[in-house]
This record gives sequence, structure tokens and C-alpha cells, in this order.
Amino acid sequence: MEPLGFLDITAALAGRFWPVWIALAATFALSILYKRRLGLYGKLFDSPVGMTGFGIVMFWVFTALFANLIATHDPLTQISGMKNVLPGTPVRGAAEGAYGHYLLGGDNLARDVFSRMVMGARSVLSIAPAATAFAFMVGITLGLPAGYFGGKLDTGLSFVANLVLAFPVILLFYLLVTPEIQLAGPLVTMPWSTEGWRASIPNIMAAVLFVFPIIFFSILWNSRYFTSPARRNLYVGITLLFGLWVYAGLAFDADPTGIWSMDPNLLNVFVSVVFVNAPTVFRIIRGLVMDIKSRDYVAAGMTRGEGPWYIMLWEILPNARGPLIVDFCLRIGYTTILLGTLGFFGLGVAPESPDWGSTINQGRRLLSQFPHPAIVPALALMSLVLGLNLLADGLREESLKD
Amino acid sequence: MIRFLTKRLVTLILSALCITFAVFFLTTLPPNLEKLAKSEVGTRITDAEVASWLEKNGYDGPILARYGEWLGVVPGWTYTDENGTTRGRCIDAGMPADEAPRFCGVLQGDWGFSKVFREEVSNVISTRLGLTGWLMLCVMLVMVPSALLIGILAGMREGSRLDRSLSTFSIATTATPEYVSGVLFITIFASSVTGLKWFKGIATSAADDITFENFTLPVLTIALYGIGYIARMTRASMAEVMTAQYIRTARLKGVSFRNVVIRHALRNALIAPFTVIMLQFPWLLNGVVIVETLFNYKGFGWTLVQAAGNNDIELLLGCSVVAVVVVLITQLISDVGYAYLNPRIRIS
Repeated sequence: MEPLGFLDITAALAGRFWPVWIALAATFALSILYKRRLGLYGKLFDSPVGMTGFGIVMFWVFTALFANLIATHDPLTQISGMKNVLPGTPVRGAAEGAYGHYLLGGDNLARDVFSRMVMGARSVLSIAPAATAFAFMVGITLGLPAGYFGGKLDTGLSFVANLVLAFPVILLFYLLVTPEIQLAGPLVTMPWSTEGWRASIPNIMAAVLFVFPIIFFSILWNSRYFTSPARRNLYVGITLLFGLWVYAGLAFDADPTGIWSMDPNLLNVFVSVVFVNAPTVFRIIRGLVMDIKSRDYVAAGMTRGEGPWYIMLWEILPNARGPLIVDFCLRIGYTTILLGTLGFFGLGVAPESPDWGSTINQGRRLLSQFPHPAIVPALALMSLVLGLNLLADGLREESLKD
Repeated sequence: MIRFLTKRLVTLILSALCITFAVFFLTTLPPNLEKLAKSEVGTRITDAEVASWLEKNGYDGPILARYGEWLGVVPGWTYTDENGTTRGRCIDAGMPADEAPRFCGVLQGDWGFSKVFREEVSNVISTRLGLTGWLMLCVMLVMVPSALLIGILAGMREGSRLDRSLSTFSIATTATPEYVSGVLFITIFASSVTGLKWFKGIATSAADDITFENFTLPVLTIALYGIGYIARMTRASMAEVMTAQYIRTARLKGVSFRNVVIRHALRNALIAPFTVIMLQFPWLLNGVVIVETLFNYKGFGWTLVQAAGNNDIELLLGCSVVAVVVVLITQLISDVGYAYLNPRIRIS
């Protein structure tokens, strides 16, 4: 087979992404059709910037979802003779039915750059939004009372938050995301397993940080349905049951059904990223609460006899949603950059992992001769973060209009 | 003002103590110490030998005491072996035990010995910090004026075409972390692929002799990421000032647009970016570590990576102290500077 030219490669790439194009077209068609009924999300389609950002983000989301259909080769398979080959090189001795070209070339271990990039989207998009969501839960649960009650609680929490923020991020990563740290700490025997649970720092941090979503939702339902105990018990009960099940699996690796569990390396990375992000979210929430606290509707709520947690979660929080949604988008982008940084320094992830940061790290050694293995994931990462930033910008513009 | 300053200083010292303790705790975790013992004695030693090595070298005390020794507020450890020779933290080789000082820690200027560089930690850090200083200086010289200019031009007339294009540019730069822009720059300007080869993709030689050729790419890479952020802050601040009453009054009085911007708006619009620029330092540190690794420029960031990668505990502690102190001091300057620049805070 002949090597492909530039136009052929572009055409072939566009063709490979067919499930993404269909899904994108469907999303946009439906959203634009019903945009007047969809609130802030619908308004996004009035702003060209927001729409572009949303398009780019959804492109990567769908790529991550359909990665199996899009990838041309297995991201870990090495094919001999394909080391550092240029984009569009035909695969030597390709088997019947297998894809015949390395569309974006091969890396220094003769793996397909394109497939690794596509699979990398999946690994990035499965961690970044989840880690951001956890950071928000922690930040909201601590930031609301700190801003609302003030006083000693606020001073203490703010001091701790500032401590974490004064820590240089890279140093923190180098200290927290190492294989040694997973082995440090006494083994605690747990009734449910023979191996026991190691009280290492990432495990302890996971045990502390992963409680916050359960606390958040329990307080949320409890304060809302305090007056009708039957419903309150139902909602809080479901939250606790489901939350503790997931919690046991993720933080203690003790899920009896085995659905929820996390690889120790991944847990380490996840916890560190949440830990780095949570203080900033805390500060944002605290500032917003201190601002909104003095509004008339909060005073009205107090005179009606609403409890402090009801006011915080059901009066203040919904009114702070605009800046929070915007920050959430920006923060997913920032988390993506942080994950890339971790990969760039080879911290925490498996060496074979196709995630973008570590691929850039592997590709940079031969940058001046064979730049394509590093350029492809670099552009992918950049476009995803750019999409998130544009989306945040569009959302900010539209949420300021009302 | 004095009360404000003392309060900030107390918080600063308290934070520095907490953070250095956290770093000390994390760097001297048992597995790290075990690795250190094995690299000093031999990889095949037994657990008992590891324990005895740790005991002989003062690593077996309680963590707070060891932190105190390292800081220089607790007398250094001593160990007398079976031959009667006494060794200790503060006792240099060949020095009689009773002549040695009792305290020797960071506060006394004794930063320890780096096992990777085979040199005093204080020497390593001061040389490397000097190199990074040049990098930072160039970055600041490029980043701050261009970011302020972009921000002011964009915020001057909000919503204009100039504003739109400059804002898009700033968003694009904030979406490009250093490891992405560095890779792109090297590929475009320094690789055989495009054939431009205007600059060098490796900045190792800049340690001896900084030239336009070997220093441009590292400086641009760090500056680019910061430019977008500072420019956006400046733009927001500028746009807010431009809608203020006194600007409209000045315009109605017939002052030209140029004069309004330069003489009335600028001074107030630059207060907010000042804090942002100062708070940018911690992030610059990140950029420095990435860029120095990518371009192999052997400055402070590169040293930090070497120390962390090779389990060089004393050097890593030294680097952390420097990093943390830099971050805390810039925070202090930003707070004090903000209070000083903003008349509403200064007078109350």
C-alpha cells in the first residue's frame, strides 16, 4: 500500500470520527430546536463563543465515549517496523480486516499515535470531571458554613486552605504521588478482608475526602424535607445506603459486590488532584456566601424561621450557581492541565498508559527529529482545555445577561 | 498599618512552620528513609541493618524532635559507637565532639549535604537559584508589559473587534500549559521538520552564556501561559474603570480619549493586576520546573526534580523551604501592596 498524503490523512481522520459527527449533529440539532426551553444551557446557543466551546468539549466527550469505534489499532500493541514512522505510513504486513495505516504515525515503541490519542481522551475525561466534582463537594460543604457562620470556624478553615494554596503544586505532587507513599503507614486489620487496609497518606486522604459528597447530600435532603420525616428518611436513607456502598468500595476497597474499586495509583492521583483543587473552590464559595448573606431574601428566610443549613443550601447556593458553573468548567480545564503535568513528570500513572501527559513526556525526547508523537496529544490537550475555557466564557456572558 | 503588618507576619511564620513540617514529614517517611539507608549501605541489607543504620545516623527519633533538629531549635543528635567515637549531626568529620556547636539547622545556616550533587545544599541552591533568577527576570520583562498592554487595549473599548480578538488570544494562551507550548515551540522553531531552526531547543548552554538563540524559547514558553491570565484580569479591571462616573465626567469635559485612558483610567485599573502579578509567582514556579525539565536548563526547578527523583532528602527539604518562602513572601507583598495602593484600604 502507498503512504497517504496530507489530504488523504485528513479525510481518513474525519471519516474515523463518524460516530462523533453524528452524535454532535444530533446534540446541536436538538439543543437549537428546543433552546428556549432549556434555561442557561439553551442560552449558550445564542453566543458563538459558547457554542464553539461546547462543540469542542462535546467532540472530546463523544470521542471518549466511542473510543473503541474510532481507534484504528490497539493503543498498546507494538507493530514491528513501525517505530517513529511518519503520519500516513501503511502498516507492514497488516492482517486481513485490520486497519491498513498509522494515520498519525507511530511512536518510539511502534504504537499507533492516533489510537493512543483517542484512548487518552477516555482516560483524561474519566478522571478530570470526577475529580473536579469531588473538589466542589469538599469546597461547598466546608465553604458554606465558613462563609455563613464566620468566626473561629472560618479562621481555622481559611488558614488550612491558605496553607494548601501556598504549597507549590509540583512539590506537592512529587511528595504525594510516589509509589513509596502508598507503602508508608501501618496495616490496619479490617473485619472484611484478609489483607487489611493500609493507613497510608493517600488512603487516609481518600477516606476523609470521599466522605464529603455523602455529608453534602445527606444535609441537603435533611434540611429540605425536615418537615416531612417520611420523605426525609427515604431520601437520606437512599443517599446513605448508596453513598456508603460506593465509599466502602472506593476508599477502603471493601465493596462486597466488587463494582466500586480504584487502582491504588489512580486513587493516589485522584486524591492529590482533589486536594489541590478543593481549597480554591472553598475560597470561591466562602466569598460568594459572604456576599449573598446580606441579601434581603436571606433575611426573609431567617424571619420565616428557616434553619441555617436550609438557608445555606437552598437559598444561598442556588443563587450562587452562575459563578459556580463557570468556575466548574474552568476548573475541569485546570484539572486536565494538572493531570497532564503529573503525566509529564511520569508520576502516578502506569508507564504504558495512553493519557496525554505521559505521551507528551515520552515523545519529547525525540522532539527535534520526530515531533508527531508529542504534538498530537499536545494539540488534543490544548483543544480540550481551550473548549472548556470558551464554554466557561460563553456561560459567563449569558449568565450575566439575566 | 503596623498591626496589619504584624498580623500578616505572624500568619506567615506560622504557615512557613506548618508547611515545612509537612514537607519534612513527607520526605522522611519510613520507606524513603529505608531507601536512603539502602542506597548508602547496599541494596541487600536486612531490615535489622537498616534499623541500626537509621539509629546511627539520627533518623530514629520522634518526628517532632528530628524536625526541631533540622530547624535548629533542638540540639543535634549524637551517637557514640562501641569504639567510643562520637558522631553527630553537628559534628563534622575530624572535629572533636566537644567542640561542635549544639544546634545546627536551617536557622543556623546549616542546610545539610546533597548526596546527588556531592556538595553543600546551600551552595547547590544558591547557584541554581541564580540561574533561575535570570530566567524569571527575562520572563517578567516579557510577560508583564505585554500582558498589561493586551489587557489595557482590550478593556479600553469593551466589545470592540480589538477586544474580541485580544480576549480570544488570552483565552487561548491560558489553555496552553507550558508542556504543550514548549513542545509546539520546539517543533516549529527548533526542529528539522519545519526547517526553521531559528532557536535552540535545548537551553543547557544558557547556564554559562545567555544568548538570544538559546533563551528565547524557554522564556516565551513560561511567559505565554501567564500573559493570558494577567491580561484577562487587567481587561476586567480596565473595563470596570472605564464605566466609572469620573471617566464619563472627564470625557464630557472634553478630555481626549487617549488622555482619559492614560491619565485617568490606567492608575486605577492597574491596582488589581498588581496583586494578580504577585500571586502569579507560585504558578511561575510550576512553569519553571516544567520548562527547565523540558529545555534541560539546570536551574532551581531542574534541581528540585533531581532531588525528588533521586530521594535526596536534604536537598529536597532545602528546595521546599526556598519555594515555600518565595510563595509566602509574594503573598505578603501582594497583600501589603494592595493595601498600600488602594486608598480606600490605606486610609481606613
